[in-house]
Amino acid sequence: MLRKKLSVLLATAMVAAAVVGCGGADQAAAPAAEAPAAEAPAEDAAPADDAAAEDAAADDGAEAPAASGDVITVGYAQVGHESDWRTANTQNYQDVFSAENGYELSLIDCDNDNAVQLEAVRNFITQQLDYIIIAPIETAGWDTVLQEAQDAGIPVIIADREIDAGADMYDAWVGTNTKNEGITAGNWLAEYLNGEEANILVIEGSVGASATLGRSEGFNEVAAQHSEWKILDSQSGDFTQDGGQEVMESFIKSYEGQFNVVVCHNDNEAYGAMDAMKAAGITYGVDGDVIIISFDATHDGLQYTLDGAINCNVECNPIQAAVVAEVIQKMHNGEDYEATTLVNDEAFVAPGIESQYATTMTEEILAGRAY
Amino acid sequence: MSSLKKLTKKQLFLPIFSMILVMLINVVYDIACGNAPLSFFEIAIKNGALYGRLVDVLNRGSEVAILAIGMTLVVSSSAGTDISVGSVMSLSGGFCCMLLAGYGVARANSYALPLWVGLLGGLLIACVCGLFNGFLVAYLNIQPMVATLILWSAGRAIGLLLCNSQIVYVRVPSFQVFGSYVGILPTPILIAAVCIVIAALVLRFTALGTFIQSVGINKKAARISGFNSSKIILITYVICGLCAGIAGLTATSRIYSADTNNIGLNMELDAILSVALGGNSLGGGKFNLAGSLIGAYTIQAITTTMYALGISSAQAPVFKAIVVILIVVLQAEPVKDYFKKLSAKKAVKEAKAA
Repeated sequence: MLRKKLSVLLATAMVAAAVVGCGGADQAAAPAAEAPAAEAPAEDAAPADDAAAEDAAADDGAEAPAASGDVITVGYAQVGHESDWRTANTQNYQDVFSAENGYELSLIDCDNDNAVQLEAVRNFITQQLDYIIIAPIETAGWDTVLQEAQDAGIPVIIADREIDAGADMYDAWVGTNTKNEGITAGNWLAEYLNGEEANILVIEGSVGASATLGRSEGFNEVAAQHSEWKILDSQSGDFTQDGGQEVMESFIKSYEGQFNVVVCHNDNEAYGAMDAMKAAGITYGVDGDVIIISFDATHDGLQYTLDGAINCNVECNPIQAAVVAEVIQKMHNGEDYEATTLVNDEAFVAPGIESQYATTMTEEILAGRAY
Repeated sequence: MSSLKKLTKKQLFLPIFSMILVMLINVVYDIACGNAPLSFFEIAIKNGALYGRLVDVLNRGSEVAILAIGMTLVVSSSAGTDISVGSVMSLSGGFCCMLLAGYGVARANSYALPLWVGLLGGLLIACVCGLFNGFLVAYLNIQPMVATLILWSAGRAIGLLLCNSQIVYVRVPSFQVFGSYVGILPTPILIAAVCIVIAALVLRFTALGTFIQSVGINKKAARISGFNSSKIILITYVICGLCAGIAGLTATSRIYSADTNNIGLNMELDAILSVALGGNSLGGGKFNLAGSLIGAYTIQAITTTMYALGISSAQAPVFKAIVVILIVVLQAEPVKDYFKKLSAKKAVKEAKAA
């Protein structure tokens, strides 16, 4: 008897724990996330796909929003919230795909788990949302689920990162070109060094992430044109501050006094690398011995750039939702849309450096940043 | 000859042998590259702090070593593993930073609450997690892995919730002390050393160690002999939670921020592995704390070696896997038996020749 009671108690506790757990993972999700997709608009204005019309037909008298009359349901399978950049990106989507703008956004935070993300997309398909946006965690393994979306007639937009799938498997791609970011960083370094020797250490991002691959590819392309440059070593810091610090600690021991450039694949890694150099008494930044190049250009990262600790910070623009919304609007109205759209990226350099590839940081720029 | 034999029969021989083997890889590499052969072991004082690869191993291995203390006790008493420690680390760091920065604040340059409140809060929440795990295992008889699975998934999520899904920075120098240096010594080394000394003293001078082992060997028999088995199991889980809390705060202080997504990620696996590498049975019962600690530092030595060798990050996991497999195989019973037989045969031959 007691055991039975206990098991009921436990079951309750577990459910509670699970709810709290989900709450954590989906915390960033819009409140609308729980509302069933059945609230599809009653009078769906010429959807891009026939199946979407079937959605509307299948919708048996759900309360149609009276005021706008046309709510577009959108599912966004977000990578996670591993960095400030990602948080800014999530916030941007929530702002753009708001109820006021006529959208109903289901945002699933996939916590950097590939399986969770596939499941989230399947859920969107079952819920018969109008559009699905995916910021893919991994590049591979998307064929099946994209086929399912295609069979269900739901347009898929790949955002931010790239995937290994035929272009016919999804409808549009919106994002930044990480290879261009690497090229920008390389071009700036070449301009800054002006023919001087460079011994470069690279702290890469997560192995296999498209940002890692793109940034490396772009930077290496420029490096290959400069015989006076040498990439001494390249290790993964997993896009984290702790990883960046550990890798840099080791680099310092392996290449003591031999390097003058450190390239970090994101800002968090750069913070760690700077801490490691500080501990070993190595000076960096504009007034130091080591040039630091970082990517992402988050608020804190740009603060370091403004302070002259990071020489050059190449932006990877998280404000992408407006561009995605534009594509969705075009699809919705049956107009022609671009299959791939690039979001503009900028680069920022520390005060005292002038560059044709980058903007010199000022207090005003930092204050005016949206994230 | 006989003293060598005695040495090889000690339980700690193989774990220590494995660790030395891992470090020898560096010596071979350095000789092959024409560096000073013992550069891996060089320790210097640079910029007012200890500096060298060995220092890195001790420093970076601190968190896993602290976790290994708790994990060893849990494995011994309940014949199961606590897989929630990584998540609990993240939760305790997140809670601490939330207290220090205030809820919803992403960057704090001064404390919202005194430092000790934050640290105590972090440790307390970790102990509560340990209590929860221990209650499920000891009193509800749930399989340890299943019981701790709850916090494995929920712990990190609650941490994120507390931090409002942001990386919460506490940029106050006194908070950074626990992850940087006191004098010339990296603080994490000191923290780990204190934890190890306390654990060793408690196990040596109280009967707790004996209690834990007897419960682990036979729970029923221990109860009949007058031990409160459930309470002892509960205590080990609380200790394990506390260890996770200490490790979590150390890791948080290193980066002066609650990076709840990444702190302690997959570290439960390293902690379990260090218990196993230390020659302890995961089936519970007798345990050897020193073995687990050596195991923990061996794991870090492998990581540091990979960086030193400049193995590309894509190949690193493969390298690590090969080394771990070798160490585990070396310690497997059949392999040990084989070597024993081999040496016995040799002894017989020698006796005949004489």
